[in-house]
Amino acid sequence: MVKLTIDDIPVEVPKGTTILQAARLIGGDVTPPAMCYYSKLKTSGGYCRTCIVKVEQGSEKDPRPIPKPVASCRTEVAEGMVVRNITSPENLEARAGVVELLLVNHPLDCPVCDQAGECHLQDLAYENGKEETRYEFERREFEPIDIGDKIKLHMNRCIMCFRCVKVADQITDGRCHGVINRGDAAEISTYIEKAIDNDFSGNVIDVCPVGALTDRTFRFKSRVWYTKPVDAHRDCSKCCGKVRLWNQGEEVLRVTARKDQWGEVMDNEDGSTAWICNDCRFDKKHIKDWTVEGPSEINRHSVISANHYDTLRNIKADTLRMLGGKPHGEKVDLGIGALDPNNQHKQ
Amino acid sequence: MLTNRSKQVVKKEMTIMEKAYLPAIFSGMLITFKHIFMKKATIRYPEQVREFAPVYRGQHVLKLDEAGAERCTACGLCAVACPAEAITMVAEERKKGEENLYREEKYASTYEINMLRCIFCGLCEEACPKEAIFLTDRIVPSTFERDEFIYGKDKLVETIDQKVDVTKRQTPEVLEFKKDKKHKHNRTFLDRVLKPSSKH
Repeated sequence: MVKLTIDDIPVEVPKGTTILQAARLIGGDVTPPAMCYYSKLKTSGGYCRTCIVKVEQGSEKDPRPIPKPVASCRTEVAEGMVVRNITSPENLEARAGVVELLLVNHPLDCPVCDQAGECHLQDLAYENGKEETRYEFERREFEPIDIGDKIKLHMNRCIMCFRCVKVADQITDGRCHGVINRGDAAEISTYIEKAIDNDFSGNVIDVCPVGALTDRTFRFKSRVWYTKPVDAHRDCSKCCGKVRLWNQGEEVLRVTARKDQWGEVMDNEDGSTAWICNDCRFDKKHIKDWTVEGPSEINRHSVISANHYDTLRNIKADTLRMLGGKPHGEKVDLGIGALDPNNQHKQ
Repeated sequence: MLTNRSKQVVKKEMTIMEKAYLPAIFSGMLITFKHIFMKKATIRYPEQVREFAPVYRGQHVLKLDEAGAERCTACGLCAVACPAEAITMVAEERKKGEENLYREEKYASTYEINMLRCIFCGLCEEACPKEAIFLTDRIVPSTFERDEFIYGKDKLVETIDQKVDVTKRQTPEVLEFKKDKKHKHNRTFLDRVLKPSSKH
Protein backbone atom coordinates (compact mmCIF):
# COMPACT_ATOMS: atom_id res chain seq x y z
CA MET A 1 0.00 0.00 0.00
CA VAL A 2 1.07 3.54 -0.76
CA LYS A 3 0.27 6.54 1.38
CA LEU A 4 -0.17 9.98 -0.13
CA THR A 5 -2.11 13.16 0.50
CA ILE A 6 -4.42 14.88 -1.95
CA ASP A 7 -5.34 18.42 -0.94
CA ASP A 8 -4.05 17.57 2.55
CA ILE A 9 -6.40 14.59 2.81
CA PRO A 10 -4.42 11.42 3.49
CA VAL A 11 -5.36 8.34 1.51
CA GLU A 12 -3.91 4.86 1.24
CA VAL A 13 -4.11 2.99 -2.04
CA PRO A 14 -2.50 -0.08 -3.60
CA LYS A 15 0.67 0.40 -5.61
CA GLY A 16 0.03 1.18 -9.26
CA THR A 17 -3.11 3.21 -8.63
CA THR A 18 -3.34 6.50 -10.46
CA ILE A 19 -3.73 9.81 -8.64
CA LEU A 20 -7.21 10.21 -10.17
CA GLN A 21 -8.37 6.86 -8.83
CA ALA A 22 -6.97 7.71 -5.41
CA ALA A 23 -8.82 11.04 -5.50
CA ARG A 24 -12.03 9.25 -6.46
CA LEU A 25 -11.68 7.14 -3.33
CA ILE A 26 -11.82 10.37 -1.34
CA GLY A 27 -14.61 11.71 -3.54
CA GLY A 28 -16.24 15.12 -3.54
CA ASP A 29 -14.60 18.28 -4.84
CA VAL A 30 -11.09 16.91 -4.46
CA THR A 31 -11.59 14.62 -7.44
CA PRO A 32 -10.24 16.15 -10.65
CA PRO A 33 -12.72 16.17 -13.53
CA ALA A 34 -12.02 13.78 -16.38
CA MET A 35 -13.15 14.20 -19.95
CA CYS A 36 -11.22 11.47 -21.72
CA TYR A 37 -10.33 9.05 -18.92
CA TYR A 38 -12.90 6.30 -18.43
CA SER A 39 -12.12 3.76 -15.74
CA LYS A 40 -14.08 1.04 -17.56
CA LEU A 41 -12.01 1.36 -20.72
CA LYS A 42 -8.41 0.20 -20.88
CA THR A 43 -5.75 2.65 -22.07
CA SER A 44 -8.17 5.57 -21.94
CA GLY A 45 -7.01 8.90 -20.60
CA GLY A 46 -4.08 11.19 -21.14
CA TYR A 47 -5.55 13.23 -23.99
CA CYS A 48 -7.67 16.03 -22.62
CA ARG A 49 -5.62 17.18 -19.61
CA THR A 50 -8.57 18.47 -17.63
CA CYS A 51 -7.54 16.19 -14.77
CA ILE A 52 -4.23 17.97 -14.22
CA VAL A 53 -2.98 18.30 -10.66
CA LYS A 54 0.02 19.85 -9.04
CA VAL A 55 2.46 17.44 -7.39
CA GLU A 56 4.26 19.34 -4.65
CA GLN A 57 6.34 16.42 -3.54
CA GLY A 58 7.12 13.60 -5.92
CA SER A 59 7.66 10.99 -3.22
CA GLU A 60 9.17 10.49 0.19
CA LYS A 61 12.55 9.50 -1.21
CA ASP A 62 12.67 12.31 -3.75
CA PRO A 63 10.77 15.25 -2.26
CA ARG A 64 11.29 17.52 -5.26
CA PRO A 65 8.07 18.76 -6.85
CA ILE A 66 7.15 17.73 -10.38
CA PRO A 67 7.81 20.97 -12.29
CA LYS A 68 4.71 20.86 -14.48
CA PRO A 69 1.08 19.94 -13.84
CA VAL A 70 0.60 16.22 -14.38
CA ALA A 71 -2.34 14.35 -15.86
CA SER A 72 -3.67 12.60 -12.77
CA CYS A 73 -5.39 9.88 -14.78
CA ARG A 74 -2.05 8.65 -16.11
CA THR A 75 0.28 9.29 -13.17
CA GLU A 76 0.84 6.56 -10.64
CA VAL A 77 0.94 7.38 -6.96
CA ALA A 78 4.18 7.17 -4.99
CA GLU A 79 4.83 6.81 -1.29
CA GLY A 80 4.65 10.20 0.45
CA MET A 81 3.39 12.04 -2.60
CA VAL A 82 1.78 15.43 -1.94
CA VAL A 83 -0.85 16.30 -4.53
CA ARG A 84 -2.75 19.55 -4.78
CA ASN A 85 -5.89 19.96 -6.83
CA ILE A 86 -8.41 22.50 -5.57
CA THR A 87 -6.09 23.89 -2.91
CA SER A 88 -3.72 25.17 -5.57
CA PRO A 89 -4.95 28.34 -7.31
CA GLU A 90 -2.39 27.97 -10.08
CA ASN A 91 -3.63 24.47 -10.80
CA LEU A 92 -7.20 25.72 -11.10
CA GLU A 93 -6.01 28.49 -13.38
CA ALA A 94 -4.17 25.97 -15.55
CA ARG A 95 -7.30 23.82 -15.73
CA ALA A 96 -9.39 26.81 -16.73
CA GLY A 97 -6.93 27.32 -19.55
CA VAL A 98 -7.33 23.71 -20.62
CA VAL A 99 -11.09 24.10 -20.60
CA GLU A 100 -10.86 27.18 -22.74
CA LEU A 101 -8.73 25.31 -25.25
CA LEU A 102 -11.19 22.42 -25.29
CA LEU A 103 -13.88 24.94 -26.15
CA VAL A 104 -11.90 26.51 -28.98
CA ASN A 105 -13.47 24.33 -31.62
CA HIS A 106 -16.57 23.37 -29.70
CA PRO A 107 -19.64 25.11 -31.09
CA LEU A 108 -21.75 26.96 -28.55
CA ASP A 109 -24.89 25.24 -29.74
CA CYS A 110 -26.09 23.89 -26.41
CA PRO A 111 -29.66 25.06 -27.20
CA VAL A 112 -29.65 22.68 -30.17
CA CYS A 113 -27.63 19.84 -28.70
CA ASP A 114 -29.37 16.79 -27.26
CA GLN A 115 -26.62 16.33 -24.69
CA ALA A 116 -27.23 19.70 -23.02
CA GLY A 117 -28.10 19.19 -19.37
CA GLU A 118 -26.02 16.06 -19.02
CA CYS A 119 -22.96 17.25 -20.89
CA HIS A 120 -19.68 16.96 -19.03
CA LEU A 121 -18.09 19.73 -21.05
CA GLN A 122 -20.97 22.06 -20.21
CA ASP A 123 -20.56 21.30 -16.51
CA LEU A 124 -16.81 21.69 -16.75
CA ALA A 125 -17.07 25.02 -18.55
CA TYR A 126 -19.48 26.41 -15.99
CA GLU A 127 -17.44 25.09 -13.06
CA ASN A 128 -14.36 26.77 -14.40
CA GLY A 129 -16.02 30.05 -15.27
CA LYS A 130 -15.65 29.69 -18.99
CA GLU A 131 -19.20 30.24 -20.16
CA GLU A 132 -18.02 32.99 -22.44
CA THR A 133 -15.69 32.58 -25.35
CA ARG A 134 -12.78 34.80 -26.28
CA TYR A 135 -12.23 32.91 -29.50
CA GLU A 136 -12.98 35.01 -32.54
CA PHE A 137 -11.91 32.85 -35.46
CA GLU A 138 -13.80 30.31 -37.50
CA ARG A 139 -14.37 27.04 -35.75
CA ARG A 140 -13.93 23.89 -37.73
CA GLU A 141 -17.20 22.73 -39.22
CA PHE A 142 -18.44 19.38 -40.43
CA GLU A 143 -21.77 18.14 -41.62
CA PRO A 144 -23.45 15.74 -39.18
CA ILE A 145 -22.94 12.12 -40.24
CA ASP A 146 -25.21 9.13 -39.67
CA ILE A 147 -23.21 6.23 -38.30
CA GLY A 148 -25.70 3.50 -39.01
CA ASP A 149 -29.36 4.25 -38.64
CA LYS A 150 -29.25 4.74 -34.88
CA ILE A 151 -26.24 6.93 -34.13
CA LYS A 152 -25.55 10.50 -35.21
CA LEU A 153 -22.03 11.91 -35.28
CA HIS A 154 -21.62 15.66 -34.90
CA MET A 155 -17.93 16.07 -35.48
CA ASN A 156 -18.19 19.81 -34.64
CA ARG A 157 -18.77 18.99 -31.01
CA CYS A 158 -16.09 16.33 -30.65
CA ILE A 159 -13.26 17.06 -28.22
CA MET A 160 -11.16 14.08 -29.34
CA CYS A 161 -11.33 12.15 -26.10
CA PHE A 162 -10.98 8.81 -27.93
CA ARG A 163 -13.45 7.12 -25.60
CA CYS A 164 -15.68 5.94 -28.44
CA VAL A 165 -12.66 4.55 -30.22
CA LYS A 166 -11.77 2.57 -27.11
CA VAL A 167 -15.33 1.26 -26.94
CA ALA A 168 -15.19 0.23 -30.57
CA ASP A 169 -11.87 -1.43 -29.86
CA GLN A 170 -12.61 -3.18 -26.62
CA ILE A 171 -16.33 -3.87 -26.45
CA THR A 172 -17.35 -4.46 -30.03
CA ASP A 173 -15.68 -6.80 -32.47
CA GLY A 174 -14.87 -6.02 -36.07
CA ARG A 175 -13.77 -2.50 -35.48
CA CYS A 176 -14.57 0.05 -38.16
CA HIS A 177 -14.44 3.21 -36.12
CA GLY A 178 -11.39 5.29 -35.44
CA VAL A 179 -9.58 8.58 -35.81
CA ILE A 180 -8.32 9.83 -39.13
CA ASN A 181 -5.90 12.70 -39.76
CA ARG A 182 -3.72 14.26 -37.13
CA GLY A 183 -3.60 17.24 -34.79
CA ASP A 184 -6.08 19.99 -35.41
CA ALA A 185 -7.47 18.15 -38.43
CA ALA A 186 -8.16 14.92 -36.56
CA GLU A 187 -11.68 13.57 -36.76
CA ILE A 188 -13.65 10.55 -35.67
CA SER A 189 -14.74 8.49 -38.61
CA THR A 190 -15.84 5.07 -39.64
CA TYR A 191 -14.32 3.03 -42.40
CA ILE A 192 -15.74 4.92 -45.40
CA GLU A 193 -18.80 5.84 -43.36
CA LYS A 194 -19.51 2.19 -42.88
CA ALA A 195 -22.33 1.61 -40.49
CA ILE A 196 -21.35 0.16 -37.17
CA ASP A 197 -23.64 -2.81 -36.83
CA ASN A 198 -22.51 -4.49 -33.70
CA ASP A 199 -24.74 -5.37 -30.77
CA PHE A 200 -22.82 -3.08 -28.44
CA SER A 201 -22.02 -0.15 -30.73
CA GLY A 202 -24.63 2.03 -29.04
CA ASN A 203 -22.38 2.33 -26.01
CA VAL A 204 -20.34 4.95 -27.83
CA ILE A 205 -23.26 7.28 -27.09
CA ASP A 206 -22.98 6.66 -23.37
CA VAL A 207 -19.24 7.19 -23.18
CA CYS A 208 -19.24 10.38 -25.25
CA PRO A 209 -18.69 13.25 -22.78
CA VAL A 210 -20.19 15.77 -25.20
CA GLY A 211 -22.96 15.70 -27.77
CA ALA A 212 -20.80 14.41 -30.61
CA LEU A 213 -22.38 10.96 -30.62
CA THR A 214 -26.09 11.02 -29.97
CA ASP A 215 -29.01 8.65 -30.17
CA ARG A 216 -30.94 9.12 -33.42
CA THR A 217 -34.04 7.54 -31.93
CA PHE A 218 -34.05 10.35 -29.35
CA ARG A 219 -32.91 13.09 -31.69
CA PHE A 220 -34.65 16.36 -30.84
CA LYS A 221 -37.49 14.46 -29.16
CA SER A 222 -37.19 16.32 -25.90
CA ARG A 223 -34.64 17.92 -23.65
CA VAL A 224 -33.15 15.78 -20.93
CA TRP A 225 -34.60 17.84 -18.12
CA TYR A 226 -38.13 17.25 -19.35
CA THR A 227 -37.67 13.51 -19.25
CA LYS A 228 -37.73 11.54 -16.08
CA PRO A 229 -35.13 8.87 -15.41
CA VAL A 230 -36.23 5.56 -13.93
CA ASP A 231 -34.17 2.44 -13.44
CA ALA A 232 -35.56 -0.63 -15.17
CA HIS A 233 -34.50 -4.07 -16.31
CA ARG A 234 -35.52 -6.84 -18.64
CA ASP A 235 -34.28 -10.31 -19.48
CA CYS A 236 -31.87 -9.79 -22.32
CA SER A 237 -29.92 -12.59 -23.92
CA LYS A 238 -27.17 -10.25 -25.10
CA CYS A 239 -26.52 -7.92 -22.19
CA CYS A 240 -27.28 -7.48 -18.51
CA GLY A 241 -30.54 -5.71 -19.35
CA LYS A 242 -30.15 -3.15 -16.58
CA VAL A 243 -30.90 0.26 -17.99
CA ARG A 244 -32.13 3.73 -17.26
CA LEU A 245 -35.30 4.78 -19.04
CA TRP A 246 -35.93 8.43 -19.76
CA ASN A 247 -39.68 8.83 -19.72
CA GLN A 248 -42.11 11.52 -20.57
CA GLY A 249 -45.32 10.44 -18.95
CA GLU A 250 -45.78 6.81 -19.95
CA GLU A 251 -43.67 7.16 -23.05
CA VAL A 252 -40.09 5.88 -23.10
CA LEU A 253 -38.12 8.43 -25.07
CA ARG A 254 -34.65 7.13 -24.52
CA VAL A 255 -32.83 4.18 -23.02
CA THR A 256 -29.30 4.49 -21.67
CA ALA A 257 -27.00 2.49 -19.47
CA ARG A 258 -26.97 3.38 -15.79
CA LYS A 259 -24.31 5.89 -14.88
CA ASP A 260 -22.49 6.24 -11.59
CA GLN A 261 -21.45 9.45 -9.86
CA TRP A 262 -18.49 9.89 -12.21
CA GLY A 263 -20.74 9.73 -15.26
CA GLU A 264 -19.45 6.28 -16.15
CA VAL A 265 -21.48 3.18 -16.86
CA MET A 266 -22.12 1.32 -13.60
CA ASP A 267 -20.81 -2.08 -12.64
CA ASN A 268 -22.88 -5.24 -12.33
CA GLU A 269 -22.84 -7.21 -9.10
CA ASP A 270 -20.16 -9.50 -10.52
CA GLY A 271 -17.87 -6.56 -11.25
CA SER A 272 -18.34 -6.50 -15.01
CA THR A 273 -19.46 -3.26 -16.60
CA ALA A 274 -23.17 -2.94 -17.34
CA TRP A 275 -22.88 -2.08 -21.02
CA ILE A 276 -26.21 -2.50 -22.76
CA CYS A 277 -26.93 -3.92 -26.18
CA ASN A 278 -28.49 -2.10 -29.10
CA ASP A 279 -31.73 -4.06 -28.80
CA CYS A 280 -32.30 -2.73 -25.30
CA ARG A 281 -31.14 0.75 -26.23
CA PHE A 282 -32.88 1.40 -29.51
CA ASP A 283 -35.71 -1.06 -29.98
CA LYS A 284 -37.37 -1.52 -26.61
CA LYS A 285 -39.16 1.79 -26.42
CA HIS A 286 -42.28 0.63 -24.70
CA ILE A 287 -42.83 0.76 -20.97
CA LYS A 288 -44.27 -2.76 -21.14
CA ASP A 289 -40.92 -4.12 -22.31
CA TRP A 290 -39.43 -3.20 -18.96
CA THR A 291 -39.76 -3.97 -15.29
CA VAL A 292 -39.49 -0.58 -13.64
CA GLU A 293 -37.53 -0.56 -10.40
CA GLY A 294 -38.01 3.06 -9.40
CA PRO A 295 -36.71 6.57 -9.97
CA SER A 296 -33.01 6.85 -10.70
CA GLU A 297 -30.67 8.49 -8.30
CA ILE A 298 -29.85 11.85 -9.81
CA ASN A 299 -27.86 14.60 -8.16
CA ARG A 300 -30.27 17.07 -6.64
CA HIS A 301 -28.36 19.97 -8.14
CA SER A 302 -28.54 18.58 -11.65
CA VAL A 303 -30.92 20.24 -14.09
CA ILE A 304 -32.41 16.77 -14.60
CA SER A 305 -33.80 16.96 -11.07
CA ALA A 306 -35.48 20.28 -11.83
CA ASN A 307 -39.26 20.18 -11.46
CA HIS A 308 -39.22 16.53 -10.42
CA TYR A 309 -40.59 17.13 -6.99
CA ASP A 310 -41.37 13.47 -6.48
CA THR A 311 -37.88 12.08 -6.93
CA LEU A 312 -37.61 11.39 -3.27
CA ARG A 313 -34.71 9.14 -3.82
CA ASN A 314 -32.07 11.68 -4.73
CA ILE A 315 -33.10 14.19 -2.11
CA LYS A 316 -33.05 11.69 0.68
CA ALA A 317 -29.78 10.16 -0.43
CA ASP A 318 -28.26 13.60 -0.71
CA THR A 319 -29.40 14.62 2.72
CA LEU A 320 -28.07 11.45 4.27
CA ARG A 321 -24.78 12.06 2.58
CA MET A 322 -24.60 15.57 3.91
CA LEU A 323 -25.30 14.31 7.39
CA GLY A 324 -22.46 11.85 6.96
CA GLY A 325 -24.74 8.86 7.25
CA LYS A 326 -23.37 6.97 4.30
CA PRO A 327 -20.28 7.39 2.19
CA HIS A 328 -20.57 9.07 -1.18
CA GLY A 329 -22.14 6.97 -3.87
CA GLU A 330 -23.31 4.12 -1.70
CA LYS A 331 -26.89 3.00 -2.25
CA VAL A 332 -29.18 4.07 0.54
CA ASP A 333 -32.23 2.14 1.59
CA LEU A 334 -35.10 4.55 1.38
CA GLY A 335 -38.04 2.59 2.62
CA ILE A 336 -41.06 1.45 0.67
CA GLY A 337 -42.52 4.62 -0.81
CA ALA A 338 -39.49 5.80 -2.73
CA LEU A 339 -39.11 2.64 -4.74
CA ASP A 340 -42.78 2.08 -5.44
CA PRO A 341 -43.17 2.39 -9.22
CA ASN A 342 -46.69 3.73 -8.74
CA ASN A 343 -45.22 6.69 -6.93
CA GLN A 344 -43.41 8.16 -9.87
CA HIS A 345 -46.22 9.60 -11.88
CA LYS A 346 -47.74 11.53 -9.06
CA GLN A 347 -47.85 15.15 -10.07
CA MET B 1 -49.42 45.57 18.40
CA LEU B 2 -46.38 45.41 16.20
CA THR B 3 -46.88 48.79 14.59
CA ASN B 4 -48.45 50.67 17.48
CA ARG B 5 -51.04 51.97 15.06
CA SER B 6 -54.05 50.04 16.25
CA LYS B 7 -56.86 52.15 17.60
CA GLN B 8 -59.05 51.30 20.47
CA VAL B 9 -62.76 51.43 19.49
CA VAL B 10 -64.71 53.80 21.71
CA LYS B 11 -68.48 53.68 21.81
CA LYS B 12 -69.42 57.24 22.59
CA GLU B 13 -72.72 59.04 22.32
CA MET B 14 -73.32 60.93 18.99
CA THR B 15 -73.74 64.72 19.10
CA ILE B 16 -76.93 66.38 17.86
CA MET B 17 -75.26 67.34 14.55
CA GLU B 18 -74.29 63.77 13.98
CA LYS B 19 -77.71 62.52 14.95
CA ALA B 20 -79.36 64.81 12.41
CA TYR B 21 -77.55 62.97 9.49
CA LEU B 22 -78.44 65.61 6.88
CA PRO B 23 -75.24 67.77 7.24
CA ALA B 24 -73.11 64.67 6.73
CA ILE B 25 -75.14 63.68 3.65
CA PHE B 26 -74.79 67.15 2.15
CA SER B 27 -71.06 67.29 2.70
CA GLY B 28 -70.77 63.89 1.06
CA MET B 29 -72.88 64.95 -1.92
CA LEU B 30 -70.73 68.07 -2.25
CA ILE B 31 -67.63 65.95 -2.70
CA THR B 32 -69.41 63.84 -5.34
CA PHE B 33 -70.63 66.97 -7.17
CA LYS B 34 -67.15 68.48 -7.16
CA HIS B 35 -65.75 65.43 -8.96
CA ILE B 36 -68.01 66.03 -11.99
CA PHE B 37 -65.86 69.02 -12.91
CA MET B 38 -62.52 67.41 -12.16
CA LYS B 39 -60.19 65.70 -14.66
CA LYS B 40 -61.26 62.10 -15.22
CA ALA B 41 -59.06 59.32 -13.95
CA THR B 42 -60.24 56.90 -16.63
CA ILE B 43 -59.83 57.00 -20.40
CA ARG B 44 -62.03 55.72 -23.21
CA TYR B 45 -60.17 52.52 -24.07
CA PRO B 46 -59.86 51.22 -26.78
CA GLU B 47 -60.40 54.50 -28.69
CA GLN B 48 -57.84 56.14 -26.46
CA VAL B 49 -54.69 54.34 -25.44
CA ARG B 50 -52.39 55.29 -22.63
CA GLU B 51 -48.68 55.64 -23.16
CA PHE B 52 -46.91 52.30 -22.69
CA ALA B 53 -43.59 51.79 -21.02
CA PRO B 54 -40.98 50.67 -23.57
CA VAL B 55 -40.54 47.47 -21.59
CA TYR B 56 -44.26 46.78 -21.14
CA ARG B 57 -44.85 43.04 -20.96
CA GLY B 58 -47.72 42.11 -23.25
CA GLN B 59 -48.32 39.54 -25.95
CA HIS B 60 -45.26 37.56 -27.00
CA VAL B 61 -43.63 37.57 -30.39
CA LEU B 62 -41.33 34.97 -31.92
CA LYS B 63 -38.77 36.90 -33.89
CA LEU B 64 -37.40 36.28 -37.33
CA ASP B 65 -33.82 37.28 -38.07
CA GLU B 66 -32.83 39.89 -40.68
CA ALA B 67 -33.01 37.27 -43.42
CA GLY B 68 -36.44 36.12 -42.35
CA ALA B 69 -35.51 32.81 -40.69
CA GLU B 70 -37.07 31.79 -37.41
CA ARG B 71 -34.71 32.37 -34.53
CA CYS B 72 -36.29 29.88 -32.12
CA THR B 73 -34.42 26.61 -31.87
CA ALA B 74 -36.80 24.87 -29.45
CA CYS B 75 -34.20 24.62 -26.71
CA GLY B 76 -36.93 24.63 -24.09
CA LEU B 77 -35.26 27.13 -21.78
CA CYS B 78 -38.29 29.44 -21.89
CA ALA B 79 -40.53 26.55 -20.91
CA VAL B 80 -38.29 25.55 -18.03
CA ALA B 81 -38.04 29.16 -16.88
CA CYS B 82 -41.81 29.69 -17.07
CA PRO B 83 -43.25 29.75 -13.54
CA ALA B 84 -46.77 29.26 -14.85
CA GLU B 85 -45.84 26.36 -17.15
CA ALA B 86 -47.63 28.11 -19.99
CA ILE B 87 -45.18 27.20 -22.78
CA THR B 88 -45.00 23.92 -24.65
CA MET B 89 -43.14 23.05 -27.81
CA VAL B 90 -42.25 20.21 -30.10
CA ALA B 91 -38.88 20.25 -31.83
CA GLU B 92 -38.09 19.06 -35.31
CA GLU B 93 -34.98 18.70 -37.39
CA ARG B 94 -34.41 21.14 -40.20
CA LYS B 95 -34.23 19.54 -43.59
CA LYS B 96 -31.84 20.46 -46.36
CA GLY B 97 -33.04 23.52 -48.21
CA GLU B 98 -34.89 25.00 -45.24
CA GLU B 99 -31.97 27.12 -44.11
CA ASN B 100 -33.86 30.24 -45.16
CA LEU B 101 -36.76 29.30 -42.88
CA TYR B 102 -35.00 28.22 -39.72
CA ARG B 103 -31.73 29.53 -38.34
CA GLU B 104 -30.61 26.42 -36.55
CA GLU B 105 -30.49 22.73 -37.23
CA LYS B 106 -33.43 22.25 -34.90
CA TYR B 107 -36.60 24.29 -34.82
CA ALA B 108 -39.95 24.35 -33.06
CA SER B 109 -42.56 22.68 -35.23
CA THR B 110 -45.21 23.65 -32.71
CA TYR B 111 -44.81 26.33 -30.10
CA GLU B 112 -47.74 27.15 -27.89
CA ILE B 113 -48.29 29.66 -25.13
CA ASN B 114 -51.40 29.39 -23.04
CA MET B 115 -52.25 33.04 -22.53
CA LEU B 116 -54.62 32.17 -19.72
CA ARG B 117 -51.81 30.61 -17.76
CA CYS B 118 -49.21 33.20 -18.69
CA ILE B 119 -48.52 35.77 -15.99
CA PHE B 120 -46.43 38.01 -18.29
CA CYS B 121 -43.43 37.92 -16.02
CA GLY B 122 -40.98 38.02 -18.92
CA LEU B 123 -38.78 35.20 -17.67
CA CYS B 124 -39.05 33.45 -21.06
CA GLU B 125 -37.63 36.53 -22.72
CA GLU B 126 -34.82 36.58 -20.20
CA ALA B 127 -34.05 32.88 -20.57
CA CYS B 128 -33.95 32.86 -24.37
CA PRO B 129 -30.38 32.34 -25.60
CA LYS B 130 -31.32 33.01 -29.21
CA GLU B 131 -33.15 36.32 -28.86
CA ALA B 132 -36.18 34.60 -30.30
CA ILE B 133 -38.97 35.38 -27.87
CA PHE B 134 -39.87 38.86 -26.73
CA LEU B 135 -42.80 40.33 -24.91
CA THR B 136 -44.29 43.34 -26.66
CA ASP B 137 -46.55 46.27 -25.83
CA ARG B 138 -49.53 44.57 -27.46
CA ILE B 139 -52.38 43.50 -25.22
CA VAL B 140 -53.76 39.99 -25.64
CA PRO B 141 -57.29 40.48 -27.00
CA SER B 142 -60.14 38.94 -25.07
CA THR B 143 -62.40 36.29 -26.57
CA PHE B 144 -65.20 34.07 -25.40
CA GLU B 145 -63.62 30.66 -25.90
CA ARG B 146 -60.82 29.24 -23.76
CA ASP B 147 -59.09 27.40 -26.59
CA GLU B 148 -58.63 30.64 -28.49
CA PHE B 149 -56.18 31.71 -25.80
CA ILE B 150 -53.73 28.99 -26.69
CA TYR B 151 -51.51 30.85 -29.11
CA GLY B 152 -49.66 28.73 -31.61
CA LYS B 153 -46.95 29.69 -34.04
CA ASP B 154 -49.54 31.24 -36.37
CA LYS B 155 -50.20 33.98 -33.82
CA LEU B 156 -46.77 34.21 -32.21
CA VAL B 157 -44.32 34.31 -35.11
CA GLU B 158 -44.01 37.73 -36.70
CA THR B 159 -44.37 37.96 -40.45
CA ILE B 160 -41.58 39.19 -42.66
CA ASP B 161 -43.54 42.24 -43.83
CA GLN B 162 -44.93 43.06 -40.40
CA LYS B 163 -41.99 42.87 -38.06
CA VAL B 164 -42.42 43.79 -34.44
CA ASP B 165 -39.90 46.33 -33.25
CA VAL B 166 -38.25 45.23 -30.02
CA THR B 167 -35.13 47.42 -30.13
CA LYS B 168 -36.42 49.49 -27.22
CA ARG B 169 -36.36 46.41 -25.04
CA GLN B 170 -32.67 45.85 -25.66
CA THR B 171 -29.80 47.71 -24.08
CA PRO B 172 -27.48 49.81 -26.26
CA GLU B 173 -24.69 47.30 -25.53
CA VAL B 174 -26.75 44.46 -26.96
CA LEU B 175 -27.68 46.46 -30.05
CA GLU B 176 -24.02 47.31 -30.57
CA PHE B 177 -23.01 43.65 -30.13
CA LYS B 178 -25.54 42.53 -32.72
CA LYS B 179 -23.83 44.59 -35.41
CA ASP B 180 -20.67 42.53 -35.00
CA LYS B 181 -20.85 39.90 -37.70
CA LYS B 182 -17.82 37.98 -36.54
CA HIS B 183 -20.00 36.28 -33.95
CA LYS B 184 -22.01 33.40 -35.31
CA HIS B 185 -24.95 34.58 -33.24
CA ASN B 186 -25.27 37.62 -35.48
CA ARG B 187 -24.89 35.95 -38.85
CA THR B 188 -27.86 34.95 -40.95
CA PHE B 189 -27.90 32.29 -43.62
CA LEU B 190 -27.48 35.06 -46.19
CA ASP B 191 -24.17 36.05 -44.61
CA ARG B 192 -23.05 32.46 -44.90
CA VAL B 193 -24.17 32.19 -48.52
CA LEU B 194 -22.57 35.46 -49.60
CA LYS B 195 -19.37 35.02 -47.61
CA PRO B 196 -18.77 31.32 -47.04
CA SER B 197 -16.60 30.49 -44.07
CA SER B 198 -13.10 29.34 -44.88
CA LYS B 199 -13.10 25.59 -45.26
CA HIS B 200 -10.97 23.67 -42.91
